[in-house]
Amino acid sequence: MDYSSFLQMHEEFSLLGVMIILLLYDIFASEKYLKYFQPIAIVLFLVHIVLNCVPRETFQVSGGMYEYLPIHSYIKTFLNIGTLIVFLQAHKFLNEDANRIKRGEFYFLTLSTLLGMYFMISAGNFLVFYLGLETASVPMAALVAFDKYNNKAAEAGAKYILLAVFASSISLFGISLIYGSTGTLYFNDLPALITGTPLQILAFVFFAVGLFFKISLVPFHLWAADVYEGAQTNITSYLSVISKGSAVFVLFTLLVKVFASLITEWQPILWILAVLSITIANLFAIRQKNLKRFLAFSSISQAGYILLAIISGSAIGMSSLVYYVLVYIFSNLAAFGVISVIEERTGKINIQDYDGLYQTNPNLSFVMMLSLFSLAGIPPFAGFFSKFFVFSAAASQGFYVLVFIALLNTIISLYYYLLIIKAMFLNKSDHPIEPIKSDFFARVSFAVCTLAIIAIGFISPIYDQIHLISFGM
Amino acid sequence: MQYTLLILALPLLSFAVLGLVDAKWKPKVAGTIGTTILGIITILSYFAAWQYFTQYKVDGVYQKVIAFDYEWLRFNDLLHINLGILLDPISVMMMIVITTVSFMVNLYSLGYMKGEKGFQRYYAFLSLFAFSMLGLVMATNIFQMYIFWELVGVSSYLLIGFYYTRPAAVAAAKKAFIVTRFADLFFLIGILLLSYFTKTFDFGILTSSNANVFAEATSKTFMGFSMLSWAMALIFIGGAGKSAMFPLHIWLPDAMEGPTPVSALIHAATMVVAGVFLVARLFPVYVVFTPEVLHGIAYVGAFTALFSAIIACVQTDIKRVLAFSTISQIGFMMVGLGVSGYGGHEGVGYMSSMFHLFTHAFFKSLLFLGAGSVIHAVHSNEMKDMGGLRKYMPITNWTFLIACLAIAGIPPFSGFFSKDEILSASYSFSPAMGGIMTFIAGLTAFYMFRLYYNIFWGKEFKPATQSENYHGHGNTPHESPFSMSSALVFLGAVTCVAGLIPFGHFITSDGVPYDIHINLTVASVSIIVALVGIIIATYLYRKENEIPEKLAKTFDGFYKAASHRFYIDEVYLFSTKKIIFNNIARPIAWFDRHVIDGTMNGIASSTQWVAVKIKGFQSGQIQQYAYVFLLGTLLVAALVIFLI
Repeated sequence: MDYSSFLQMHEEFSLLGVMIILLLYDIFASEKYLKYFQPIAIVLFLVHIVLNCVPRETFQVSGGMYEYLPIHSYIKTFLNIGTLIVFLQAHKFLNEDANRIKRGEFYFLTLSTLLGMYFMISAGNFLVFYLGLETASVPMAALVAFDKYNNKAAEAGAKYILLAVFASSISLFGISLIYGSTGTLYFNDLPALITGTPLQILAFVFFAVGLFFKISLVPFHLWAADVYEGAQTNITSYLSVISKGSAVFVLFTLLVKVFASLITEWQPILWILAVLSITIANLFAIRQKNLKRFLAFSSISQAGYILLAIISGSAIGMSSLVYYVLVYIFSNLAAFGVISVIEERTGKINIQDYDGLYQTNPNLSFVMMLSLFSLAGIPPFAGFFSKFFVFSAAASQGFYVLVFIALLNTIISLYYYLLIIKAMFLNKSDHPIEPIKSDFFARVSFAVCTLAIIAIGFISPIYDQIHLISFGM
Repeated sequence: MQYTLLILALPLLSFAVLGLVDAKWKPKVAGTIGTTILGIITILSYFAAWQYFTQYKVDGVYQKVIAFDYEWLRFNDLLHINLGILLDPISVMMMIVITTVSFMVNLYSLGYMKGEKGFQRYYAFLSLFAFSMLGLVMATNIFQMYIFWELVGVSSYLLIGFYYTRPAAVAAAKKAFIVTRFADLFFLIGILLLSYFTKTFDFGILTSSNANVFAEATSKTFMGFSMLSWAMALIFIGGAGKSAMFPLHIWLPDAMEGPTPVSALIHAATMVVAGVFLVARLFPVYVVFTPEVLHGIAYVGAFTALFSAIIACVQTDIKRVLAFSTISQIGFMMVGLGVSGYGGHEGVGYMSSMFHLFTHAFFKSLLFLGAGSVIHAVHSNEMKDMGGLRKYMPITNWTFLIACLAIAGIPPFSGFFSKDEILSASYSFSPAMGGIMTFIAGLTAFYMFRLYYNIFWGKEFKPATQSENYHGHGNTPHESPFSMSSALVFLGAVTCVAGLIPFGHFITSDGVPYDIHINLTVASVSIIVALVGIIIATYLYRKENEIPEKLAKTFDGFYKAASHRFYIDEVYLFSTKKIIFNNIARPIAWFDRHVIDGTMNGIASSTQWVAVKIKGFQSGQIQQYAYVFLLGTLLVAALVIFLI
């Protein structure tokens, strides 16, 4: 066996390198140097992003256990950028006295889950895939319970790990059925062997719900609101954006690559799940008073929209999905960033606390407004274009009813997104949130997100490039 | 010639600096910024024109030059929207007209608008207008033209409504916008039809006279006319809206509510000729493939010219007289295009129309600026408040007189040459058309000199009564400040010499230069008719007397109808308010309020109801979550296996 092919896994090794350096630095550096930990971590990670952003040729490692495609560079880079923004926004939180000792852990755990996602994305075999899935979810549970003396966080961590184990056991059961009926776990060999017997369909369903859980589609979503609310806000944003982004990408590649012959089965499943997710999440979102729970349901419905890209199963679907994830990263992280800054300073997290925010914090209100506009899909912001591409991907395969239902739902979502904007800009309050000065790192993240939300839709090369490369999928 | 992009970019920049950036400049600074930038692009466009006319003639034909091109939206390989700069004789000529007049107006406004509230806003809008108008004439394709067309409409709206505290100005702005927008709807439909059948927006392809491009459009017919005729007619309606052709002319007289320099710039020299420019731009299509539409344009133009010349004879607001005279002169230009053939001497109508556009831009803006100067001095628009002003305002008097002679068609002033060419083109089209146009030319001479005498001669000046255009100066009229009078003098000089330009060497229907010959018969007839008009006006208005009153009494009915502009506005009001509002809008409003809103409210309340009911699912109990999860899995599996 030629071990040198392992060295081709640049992204994974580079990320591992960053993790190990940070771990050692955290353990061995003296107090004097430790105060530079965060800037160093961010710079190191930035170097990692830059080094790995250029797509390479397709290759395989270990006889197909791991398979790299050029589009992987894009999706990994997008996840990296999202993670970087989370790091920037978490800077203040990690500098608090109670958390300073734990910040090495924060980075290590976050990057571990990211490494797991890398393996999920580039897996060529169900075993590697499963290992990636677990690597991505076990540290995540630890992250959710990061503030372990806080009852809510501890409860959220417990809920997350129990349900994640439950979901992945069902998924594993599905994988074992696949192996049982075909005798192989390699993605490249499976398509010829999957013929659509009832056992295989059952196996597929069991396997897929593991991913549905990660994407938090209705009815596999019930954990989301509780966990989002309990976890620290920066971790929630990581969970809702990065974790979800990687899972939808993987779901798409698996459906198209491995389960292509079951297309007549999985299209109706996705159809129903998309309608359920979008509609039910919207209905719940309307009634939420806590912003984190609100965003939990909003992100469930966003996941439903992404299914519209997946359901098309085409190259256009792929490019619209990657584009959607990119836009979603910036829009959602901007919203979470504002919430975390405000929660960090004032502890206020309810929608009605935001009454009159514009009077005292015009900049934060502005960022929040942009991100909500983008999430609601109002032109000319990036979210409009991403929704447009997703809808057109689904419509191009003839899912007109689905697109229609999704469109109706965007109206409902517009209502609840505007509720927050109304609170910030129109409502008057006797005790508005006092003026907040956010730290430098958070401001950088806001600038990046704002710029991206405004510009991504207009810079057509971005979509064109994604589209170009997803044809080679 | 990529630098021509600057001609577009600089006014936009100036608009951004003055209008968008949240900074308050001192009026002087704001005015200087706007005027300087206009000055720079004026020089640039003169340079571009010099370069174009000297260097881009290949085999004796002026080439179409794409100075800049950017593909903005691609629908398919054939149909795409580009943003670019097209230089050809007419766009270069328009560039010169627009920048020169704009610059003069900017300069003039430094004095005229001094002390007005919103001085900076005014200059920002002027820059926006210059940008839009230049973009319109330099457009490489009809879609880009449409974009700038609408931008021009917006800036016109903003400038007419500049005095937004005055209800009349607000109403006029709305009226102008709605009427032109209504016409633009047809323009848009025309564009869509044209591009649907020809699969292109590009002017280069559309004007190549290539029959293959139009094969599909000419072969399909609808109600007896080919699709191409429909498309071209609809496009002309758009042009008629902007160029105030009958019956879409009603907005232009009201648009005089804007500041007078704006009237000079937009509603005399540049924007209102956009329709003429549009027809000229697509002229090869009109003349080769849809001559019937072109003839229609000629008749519409002739009727409009006559109609508005009659109205101009009885108006008493000096700006309205000028407004109707503008409509009438644009009618002349449309006639010129409408009667023209293609190529060489056949295309004299086209050449003359462009020539008239060119000369008219200068003498008409001169007239407006002169009128502005008068209004500035007496604080009123009404003739009854004026008279005998020649002693107080010598510069205004002389320049105004020059412009009047030019528009009346007296040699050697510029209007004579261009109008004469239109008349001879009309005669070769049909003697009747030529006769009518000559008659209108005589009317023009009459009403212009009626205006002139009423302002500068006639009764002696009496201090003005309370009026709308109050500027807060003393009561004795006086000559305007230097920035204003210098603009007048410059435009006066241009008016004197512009007619001597060998226009046929630059602009012809097919790009091949040729020499203009003045048709002596036509010229002498038109001069005589003009002189007769002037003499009658002199007889009636030079000294204060009773004859005009008596004449008005004699033709009482006709006089009243004409001074009420033949009740066209009332017809519009009747048909919109009484017919459309009552019979169409009101039922729709009822339907909207009760059926649509009712349905929506129903949906909203049922959504709320469902949201309350399903709240129980989110219990917080992990056993239940796992239970639902498993149930969901099994349901999905069962669904797939048993139902699909």
